[in-house]
Order: sequence, then structure tokens, then C-alpha cells
Amino acid sequence: MDSLLSPVRWVGRTTTSFVSAIGRGALLSVDAGRSLRKVDMWGPLLIPEMVSIGVASIPLALFIAAFTGVVLAIQASYTFVGTVPLYFVGALVGKTIILELGPVLTGLALSGRVGASNASEIATMRVTEQIDALESLAYDPVAYLVVPRVLAGTLMFPIVISFAIATGIAAGWLTSIALLDLATPQFVRGLRLFFDPYDVQFALFKSATFGATVTSVGAFFGYTCRGGARGVGRATTRAVVVSSMIILVLDAFWAATLL
Amino acid sequence: MSIELKDVHKAFGDTKVLKGFSLRVEKGETVSVIGGSGEGKSTLLKHANGLLKPDAGEVWVDDQRIDVLEGSELYDARRKVGYVFQFAALFDSMTIAENVAMGLRRIEGMSEAEITDRVRSSLARVDLEGVDEQYPSELSGGMKKRAGLARAIALEPAYLLYDEPTTGLDPVTLSMVDELILRMRDSLGVTSVVITHDMDSAYRISDRIAMLHDGRVRQFGPPDEIRDSDDPVVRGFVEGRPDLIEEAS
Repeated sequence: MDSLLSPVRWVGRTTTSFVSAIGRGALLSVDAGRSLRKVDMWGPLLIPEMVSIGVASIPLALFIAAFTGVVLAIQASYTFVGTVPLYFVGALVGKTIILELGPVLTGLALSGRVGASNASEIATMRVTEQIDALESLAYDPVAYLVVPRVLAGTLMFPIVISFAIATGIAAGWLTSIALLDLATPQFVRGLRLFFDPYDVQFALFKSATFGATVTSVGAFFGYTCRGGARGVGRATTRAVVVSSMIILVLDAFWAATLL
Repeated sequence: MSIELKDVHKAFGDTKVLKGFSLRVEKGETVSVIGGSGEGKSTLLKHANGLLKPDAGEVWVDDQRIDVLEGSELYDARRKVGYVFQFAALFDSMTIAENVAMGLRRIEGMSEAEITDRVRSSLARVDLEGVDEQYPSELSGGMKKRAGLARAIALEPAYLLYDEPTTGLDPVTLSMVDELILRMRDSLGVTSVVITHDMDSAYRISDRIAMLHDGRVRQFGPPDEIRDSDDPVVRGFVEGRPDLIEEAS
């Protein structure tokens, strides 16, 4: 009987813990919203966080974007040869990198770099009572630890991702002229063929939501961490996994609603 | 001027930790709270500066009920109550001077020169000079505890809460910390609540000792009264005899 009930218990426990996490997330969001007023507490930390979350992420984002551009150009040419004019390589590289691969691949990579770093730093502060210490010194820990990171992520992801998009397209162009016997005017012709300025707005908006997701999910798992070193590890892993999943869901949602 | 917890109840999930805990600490007094591991000593201390809110009961600091305060009112109340954490809880990405200055930066109108002076004097009070630019990871356990104390007294609180200040220290450093606790009482006139397992330390520094058992105060009195207690639970704890506690339970 006991073994028959154990799957039911597992479902019950998982559901309870999921609903409880949603509740704690909602409470933290309300706290963060209230803490926005405390500019004196988060204001001085905003620029350092923008540097740490955004500027320091640029090398990783550009590295990923460059190789994505190279591969896209080669695969497009491989697919199009003999059936589609080769200047469509420019169209495919541009459209795919602006709309999809630039924001999503960079977002996923930064969920590892930024989300993991936020979660582990805040979780370590939680388990070593540093967050209690902040409170005992009259600091609002949400205003001090959560708000500047989420704002910095929301502001900096679009900037980092716009650099990544430019790098991806440039890499696709260089690959086209160096390896695919495509001239620059042909590549540019393809690039301009389906270009719509709305695509860029869409990509930047999407990137801002990814930034908010990665930083707030990292902060949530860090802030609600329990249980010493193992708890810190669990919080970090969950932050990366959950923010990656939300990025993919958001990606589909924005595509369905905004395109 | 006092700290008072009145009939405080606190549970974490299904575990009831405090079950009607009451304690009043008078101005200038040093009260130690003793009790077994997991009895809820740190939990009760966190109620005294609003880090935790009771499920039922009241917490008073001076004439202000702090368990109902929120936001800036709570932060103002916390400035009166310094907290020395068990493992110091120093901000590990900051230097010792930055750690001590953290609370001071929340005080409006305090200049950078005044903050620097206060940091120096606070570190000097705990005999910790010359470590301003070092990071917590570069200090020994005893030095970290003293840095944590310096951070708490920098705000010139009327009350100091010590969470197991001597745990994990060698006997020499342990007496040094006891000496500092007494010095804080004598030189700053602070009222102190000290959570400890160490009976020698409790006898040395306390005006009164409260024994926490099963979520309530089992006995509260001067050190001699606790040492000579007839209560088997209190005697079992102070003499390190679990058999007495088991028999009484």
C-alpha cells in the first residue's frame, strides 16, 4: 500500500513546493517593487552591477555570436547551393541572428554566467547570515541586493545582445567573402532584402525581458536559499536551469504574440 | 529602558521552537541565555531586533513594540540594537573598515571624515587596530568576532545581542571576548543579551542567567542561583549530565 501511495505523495510534495515557490517569488517581487523607492540604497550599486553583469559579459557574448555567424553562413550556403541564389545567405544570417540566435543564445549563455553568479553570491550571503547582518545594520536587503541586479540586467542585456547581433552578422559576412565566394554587395543585398527595423526593436525588447528573467530568478533562488554549501549549490543549479527554461518559454511567447 | 519578550511563540513549519518564551532584560544588565543545541536560542535573539517576527506574543525595546514595526520605523529601532553574529557574518567582499562603516553610511548627515573616525575608534575599542584594509578571510576566528563586535558598536547602540560569541574559540581568545563584553557594558553602558553554551563564560559575564528549555524559560536568576539550582533540567545542563535532563523529562 505504501509503495502504491509513494507516487501520489511525490506529486503532492512537488505540487506543494512548486506553489510555495511561486508564492515566495510573488512576495519577493512585491518587496522589490516597494524597494524601488529606496533609490539611496540601490542607486550607488547600479553602475557597478551594470559593469559586472553587462560589460563583463561582452567577451562571452561576442565569442558565441562570432561562431554562430560563421556556422550560419556556411550552413546557409550548403543548403542554398543549386536551388536558391547565394545572396540569400545574407538574408538568412541577418534575420536569424537578429530575431532568434543573438538574443536566445546570448541569453542562455548569460543565464549561466550572470544567473549562477547572482544566485551563488546571494545564497552564500544568506547561509552565512550576511543578509541578516545587512538587516541588522538598517539596510533593506531586497533594495541592496536584488533591485540593482535586476535593473542592471534589464538595462544591459539589450546592449550586450546588440553587440552580439552586430558581431554575428559581421562574422557571417566575413565567412561569406572569405569562404563562400560571395561578394560584399551580394551579402548586403541579401541582408537588406528582408530587413525590417521592427526586428531590431523586437530583439531588444526580448533581450530586456531575458535580462530581467536571468537576474530575478538568480536573485530569487539565492535569496530563498537554505541549507549550507549544498543549498548554495542547489540554488545556483536551479537558477540556471529555471532561467534557461523561462527564456525559451518567453522566446516562444513573444514570437507568438509580437510577430 | 529594557528589552522584553512577552509570551513569544514561534514555529518553523511543524516544529514549534518557542512556546511562550518571556524574558525582561533591564537597563545596563548583561543576561546570558543558556540551553541545549536546537532549543531556539538564536531564534529568540533574532526576535529581539526584529530579524524574526513572532507567530504570537510581543517584543518590546524601550517603550516601543518592535514586532509590529515595518520599513523605516523598524530600521530606526534596529539602530538601537547591535547584533553580534555567531560566525561574525562579515561581508566577505569588503575590507574590515568597509564592514564597520556599513551601518554608519545609513546615518543621514554623517560625513566621510566622521565615518572614518568612528570606524577607527570602534576597532580600537575591540583592540583591533591595523586591520582596516584587510579582508575577513585574512583574519583569525577571534579577530573576526571582534570585527563583528566593532561593526555592532560603531552605531553606538543601547543594546547588544551576542549570538554565541565564544563558540569555537581557544581559552585565551575566549576570555578576551568575555573581557570585551564586560568592557562594552562598563564603558558604553550597553544592555546585553548573550547566547552561550559555555557555563564558565556565562558565570563570568552575567548579571542574570536564563535557561531556555522546551521553548520556555525554565529558570531565570543570578549566576549563583543557576549554579546551585535544584531543578534537575538546569542542573543537568550546567553540570553536563544528560541523565538528569532525561529523568526530568
